[in-house]
Amino acid sequence: MADIRNNFIGIKSPNPFWLASAPPTDKAYNVERAFKAGWGGVVWKTLGEQGPPVVNVNGPRYGAIWGADRRLLGLNNIELITDRDLYTNLIEMKQVKKNWPDRAIVASIMVPCEENAWKAILPLVEETEVDGIELNFGCPHGMSERGMGSAVGQVPEYIEMVVRWCKQYTRMPVITKLTPNITDIRHPARAAKRGGTDAVSLINTISSIVSVDLDSFSPNPSINGKGSHGGYCGPAVKPIALNMVAEIARDPETYGLPISGIGGVTTWRDAAEFLALGAGNVQVCTAAMTYGFKIVEEMITGLSNWMDTKGHQTLDEITGRAVQNVTDWQYLNLNYIAKAHIDQDACIKCGRCHIACEDTSHQAITAMVDGVRHFEVKEEDCVGCNLCVNVCPVENCITMEALPAGSLDQRTGRPVDPNYANWTSHPNNQMARQAAE
Amino acid sequence: MERLGSGIEAGRLSTNEYASNFSDLHPRLDKHEALVASDRCYFCYDAPCMTACPTAIDIPLFIRQISTGNPLGSAKTIFAQNILGGMCARVCPTETLCEDVCVRNTAEDRPVEIGRLQRYATDIAMEAGRQFFERKASSGKRIAVVGAGPAGLAAAHRLAVNGHDVTILEAREKSGGLNEYGIATYKAVDDFAQREVDYVTAIGGIAIEHGKVLGRDYSLSDLTAEYDAVFLGMGLSGVNGLGVEGENLFGVDDAVDFIAALRQTEDKATVPIGRRVVVIGGGMTAIDAAIQAKLLGAEEVTICYRRGKENMNASTWEQDLAASKGVIIRHWLAPKSIIGKDGKVAGIEVDYTAMTDGKLATTGETGIIAADQIFKAIGQSFVATGLGALQFDKGKIVVDSQGRTSIENVWAGGDCIGTGEDLTVSAVAQGRDAAESINSMLAAGAQPASAVA
Repeated sequence: MADIRNNFIGIKSPNPFWLASAPPTDKAYNVERAFKAGWGGVVWKTLGEQGPPVVNVNGPRYGAIWGADRRLLGLNNIELITDRDLYTNLIEMKQVKKNWPDRAIVASIMVPCEENAWKAILPLVEETEVDGIELNFGCPHGMSERGMGSAVGQVPEYIEMVVRWCKQYTRMPVITKLTPNITDIRHPARAAKRGGTDAVSLINTISSIVSVDLDSFSPNPSINGKGSHGGYCGPAVKPIALNMVAEIARDPETYGLPISGIGGVTTWRDAAEFLALGAGNVQVCTAAMTYGFKIVEEMITGLSNWMDTKGHQTLDEITGRAVQNVTDWQYLNLNYIAKAHIDQDACIKCGRCHIACEDTSHQAITAMVDGVRHFEVKEEDCVGCNLCVNVCPVENCITMEALPAGSLDQRTGRPVDPNYANWTSHPNNQMARQAAE
Repeated sequence: MERLGSGIEAGRLSTNEYASNFSDLHPRLDKHEALVASDRCYFCYDAPCMTACPTAIDIPLFIRQISTGNPLGSAKTIFAQNILGGMCARVCPTETLCEDVCVRNTAEDRPVEIGRLQRYATDIAMEAGRQFFERKASSGKRIAVVGAGPAGLAAAHRLAVNGHDVTILEAREKSGGLNEYGIATYKAVDDFAQREVDYVTAIGGIAIEHGKVLGRDYSLSDLTAEYDAVFLGMGLSGVNGLGVEGENLFGVDDAVDFIAALRQTEDKATVPIGRRVVVIGGGMTAIDAAIQAKLLGAEEVTICYRRGKENMNASTWEQDLAASKGVIIRHWLAPKSIIGKDGKVAGIEVDYTAMTDGKLATTGETGIIAADQIFKAIGQSFVATGLGALQFDKGKIVVDSQGRTSIENVWAGGDCIGTGEDLTVSAVAQGRDAAESINSMLAAGAQPASAVA
């Protein structure tokens, strides 16, 4: 039986599944329910500075996009940080931590970008005896208009500065939560590291408008006929998050910096992928908001069963395993040649591979052979692009088969070169040629 | 009347039972169901369903239009190919046409519900009274259509769209043909056939004259003399006899008459039905009669078919439907004689049959099934009167691929032609295509030689 206990920068939890700082972790009632359901930890919904509580809109806060059968694919929100009194939160956090000593509780914090503000709140949080803090430099809506959230996360110098204050004024581990609403995620990550952060967590939500009401011409969610961009999350953002996690994991300047992976984690498989790309654990929100806390049971058993099947004993054996395989395009092996292959027994003859290839790609799949509806790859035209695989409704019906070294590539008429060769040395690469000259 | 009273009696059931039994077989999908069902369509390239549809409706497109919240666009896609798409959605044997070839069958043995989705879109458009076609400027041409059934209505609509003035001559009191008189009640409730006729004729330029019987009130030559073109869309008015002793006893009835009378009766409690009913035949008419006999409260309904299950014209789906209603289907039984008592049916003697040397033959064994009512459903025939020198083959009108008959300016389609498939949707296709052929002829102003010599 695989050991899925998690130790993230010294914060221990029975499994790597934490609830992200968000509505599901806004108060003791929810967090108690989450722990009963089996969640390994929570990042409590972001605390603000002492004073009159934050005010939320009183209309809709969430918008969504759906796939087939109205499966929720992406969610956005315009909710702000906790709108409850600071001390109410602190008292509840302390009590819940006492009730659940084996679970992780991390306090998310967002106060103005002033040293005194941070200096004031950190001892209050520390007194609750929670396990660490997460700096919310991510929220792209509302608070960012007041110079907080992503307004900080978009300026690496601010990140470094605030992280430094936090490391100075508390002994709690510091996780810096990054916004994806920047051009290159490595810069804020490097800044956080320079400031001395113990870890980064990412991604926070992506600035977004999910839809427009075509009757009222208001963006959704609509507040009295107007809308504001929200923060986008859910399954749709996972690929963006995976890339950003990998970018930080493989950046020489941040290599080895612990990462808490966030962004569209919905199943154990998503979690395993984040771990493989360098995350030490994952945080979940939208999946819980869509299906309730019970989904963690599927995540725990799924991850554990997969690890057993593959012989992985601990999470450390998984974390970062895929990082070395993430590379720049220029280093991809141009002598690797694959061709699509259609399993005729599995094919249901919908013809989508044909029309996708015919209309939009390389005209490499038949529709009719000898007067019979038949879909087959024309190897002489197939560039191995994988579009047919992606549009085929039957899993594993179309597969990409690598041509063995020495065999003939019918498209080029040349044998497959067994040697690795990439763009940097390709004869068509003018820059490489100039360098050689 | 007692439920189990013997003889042929009305009122075997309670009011609620009649209402329930003759309600919509498949109620229309609601919006959510339609979205879920439409999501299952793969939007196939050169879709097999479209090829299988006799009217070649662009099924992937209309389903995609439903899935994107565009039911009116969907209805237009359907009606562009099949103006009777509403009825076809209800009565098409989709399980042997479009849904039979749906690739989802290969994937998971369950096709996209094409028929029900088609009904969803067409119902929305028809209930909104939305017309998608406008008549072209008047051509000044007048065309006679004989028969207001599916073929005639489809032809009339397409002709009207092209600016011609159409007069439909219909023998019966109501329009619709088999849609009105031949469809099981639970397949087209709420007077749908008449609502569809109104929807089709709302295009304008179509006049329907009822009670006009070809051969009695007028002849084909009258029409060719008076009109620029004629489309013949008659149905089959003759019913095949059993040719056995006792066929004229009280209690032996034609299934088509039973089905028609039932459709025209508002209060089903007034329709008499036997306690024990035997239906002879293996097609859709036999199934429809048997099911409805059961729904009227018959205790025991047996279909006797002289060949095997695989030979039945009724689809497997229809056979299963009958079985689910409690109808017993017995194969390899042919009627030998009808047994009477006091001038009424008391039972039927049947021969057991088998295939011997590739031919159907009786085995010598016989049996008796007690019955107080027997329905004949062994096929219908075309009764040709008033058609002059029109050429026939095997009792049906001969036409070419465009529906042209042997007589100049006369086209035909539907059950009366040799290639008629006994399907509403095929009749619609033939009427529509004949109308296009007529239109081409009129547009060219040419007088083509008759197509069939």
